[in-house]
Amino acid sequence: MANIITRRGFLAGTAGIGAGLSLGVNGALAQAQGPLGVGFIYVGPVGDHGWSFTHDVGRKHLEQTLGAKVKTTFVENVAEGPDAERVIRQLATSGNGLIFTTSFGFMNPTERVARQFPNLKFEHATGYKSAPNLATYNARFYEGRAVIGTIAGHVSKSGIAGYVGSVPIPEVVMGINAFTLAARKVNPNFTTRVVWVNSWYDPGKEADAAKALLDQRADVLSQHTDSPAPLQQAEARGAFGFGQANDMKAFAPKAQLTAIVDDWADYYVSRAQAALDGSWKTHSVWYGMKEGMVKIAPYGPGVTDAARAAAEQVKADIISGKSHPFMGPIKDNKGVERVPAGKTLTDEELNKMDWYVEGVQA
Amino acid sequence: MAFRIEPRRAPPASLFYLTPVLAVAVTVVLGALLFAALGYAPGATLYHFFVSPLTTVNGLAELVLKATPLAMIGVGLAAGFRANVWNIGAEGQLTLGAIAGGMTALELIDVDAPWVLPLMALAGVAGGMAWAAIPAFLKVRFDVSEILTSLMLTYVAGLLLALLVHGPLKDPTGYGFPQSAMFAPSANLPMLVNGTRLNAGALVGLAVVLGAWLVLARTIVGFQIRVVGEAPAAARYAGFSAPRIVWLTLLAGGGLAGLAGVFEVAGPIGQLVPSISPGYGFTAIIVAFLGRLHPVGILLAALLMALSYIGGENAQVAVNLPRAATGVFQGLLLFVLLASDFLVRYRIRLARPARAAP
Repeated sequence: MANIITRRGFLAGTAGIGAGLSLGVNGALAQAQGPLGVGFIYVGPVGDHGWSFTHDVGRKHLEQTLGAKVKTTFVENVAEGPDAERVIRQLATSGNGLIFTTSFGFMNPTERVARQFPNLKFEHATGYKSAPNLATYNARFYEGRAVIGTIAGHVSKSGIAGYVGSVPIPEVVMGINAFTLAARKVNPNFTTRVVWVNSWYDPGKEADAAKALLDQRADVLSQHTDSPAPLQQAEARGAFGFGQANDMKAFAPKAQLTAIVDDWADYYVSRAQAALDGSWKTHSVWYGMKEGMVKIAPYGPGVTDAARAAAEQVKADIISGKSHPFMGPIKDNKGVERVPAGKTLTDEELNKMDWYVEGVQA
Repeated sequence: MAFRIEPRRAPPASLFYLTPVLAVAVTVVLGALLFAALGYAPGATLYHFFVSPLTTVNGLAELVLKATPLAMIGVGLAAGFRANVWNIGAEGQLTLGAIAGGMTALELIDVDAPWVLPLMALAGVAGGMAWAAIPAFLKVRFDVSEILTSLMLTYVAGLLLALLVHGPLKDPTGYGFPQSAMFAPSANLPMLVNGTRLNAGALVGLAVVLGAWLVLARTIVGFQIRVVGEAPAAARYAGFSAPRIVWLTLLAGGGLAGLAGVFEVAGPIGQLVPSISPGYGFTAIIVAFLGRLHPVGILLAALLMALSYIGGENAQVAVNLPRAATGVFQGLLLFVLLASDFLVRYRIRLARPARAAP
């Protein structure tokens, strides 16, 4: 009996504490004068060591840089689907003034919530719908793909790369193409084999895809999925690979040749600062290596001197604007010329890309 | 020293209804300890988990929105589970319903008429039924386990949806993203509460629960389902057709899952996308058993499961509780519920070795 009473008393006590604390958290007035609330929603867990992880690195950097002027909140592992809109709304109604939604599948939900909360600011990564209070931002990952494709062309002995694809949207397709084009500049017979896993983060499926590709004589892997699983497979089988979104050296110290590193930190700071100053405006930006949103991690032990020099050259030429990964002539994998010599694909054409270049088996 | 598990002869009826309440209370205490051990204020965390989602109109609307598909599917599955028909593939039937309903909406994208939505609903029910008919046929004709076939068809359904939204149903103006065009307004469920996402699907869901209650408790078919499940020999002796019950329960489960799928695409989503359900078809299995296979119990269980998801997100937003801790807490809730269920039906006794005579 005594036990029951204690338990009941404990419950009443905890509920009381809860109610008291919640006033502070939920109080809308407190937010108005207080720090700027900045909300983030991630498609994967913050521990994916890839895409969501780097967004969270950006969020932490934002907190460190702006200190007490901002208060950040994040929700991880949010499925692209009906749940996303609820989570975005929840962030919108819990005192956040600026909300970053960091996966393409959050586009329509973000647009709907942005319409309902015209006084809040929204930023969506990698989509194409914008509004006066909805900005979009993306990184030119394909520039990094050109650098790693160059390395793959030098390092691969079989001339076959395996590519673990997530979802065949233009961003992923152009990554495969940029990688293959760069590799074929080094080795004209280079081919890229793609296996789709239809997910952005699924270590089990990613590993299976990697195994299948390695079994098909691929000796270098690239991936557009977020976990280190394919890289770990490469390490186990003595092949090579590239880190995705983040330096994944810790998972594959021998196999990782380099990694395309996403750096959102400066962007998040500048947008939060703009929101604080009142200078925030909607926009649609696509930053690359020049702006520092895409970086190349330190080279691993498998990168030969020739590969390193070639990669550095490609990188420098892209940054200086001297070359572009999608300069013609480019043929597609059915033999049709898509880009004539002397022409370069425009951003708009890139964003609609739904064909593969010569050498891609997808 | 050894333990023995023996059934209680007559578990008091009051306990049967009291255990879920007690189980929730025990979970709350264990949860408080868990949160405290992780360094979160237990009171505030529990408050944001269980209470604060219920304090706003929007929170309540979201709760009902999330519980609706769980209750609808759970009720359909429960009819089968009562008859020992194990449909594990509601997720796939939901997907097929969404595909059939969504394709109807896309076909009629220029039609602005009140019959579009009912037609979509019918198409969805038919899609779900068609998908459930495959395991039903294989079970009745070849005695293939419906557990395996219905489960495996779930993955086929997911790939079929992916194929469609990456190919023929892809929005031509959508920059190659694997999504269909947005449905026309006439293909969207009407809103029940302005400013929230709660739509008329919830009313249909409620009607389904009440209808199922009536059918299971008051009709001959409901009686047959029970008898086939609990006493197959008696059912045969009474001349009840087991194959008929297999067909009936699988089609009912598939149809309701298909309807839930249409309501997802015609409600909160508004288009066909590569992933439509966050696992409603699987969660509904848990819901069906939590609700003791009774429609009203299932309704309550669906609300509880929905709250645990929404509360988990809320706790992430409000007190930065990691997602994994939410998962552990949900698991704890189910574990305690099932354990207390077990303890009502059985008792654990210390089996003492017989003492040797002096």
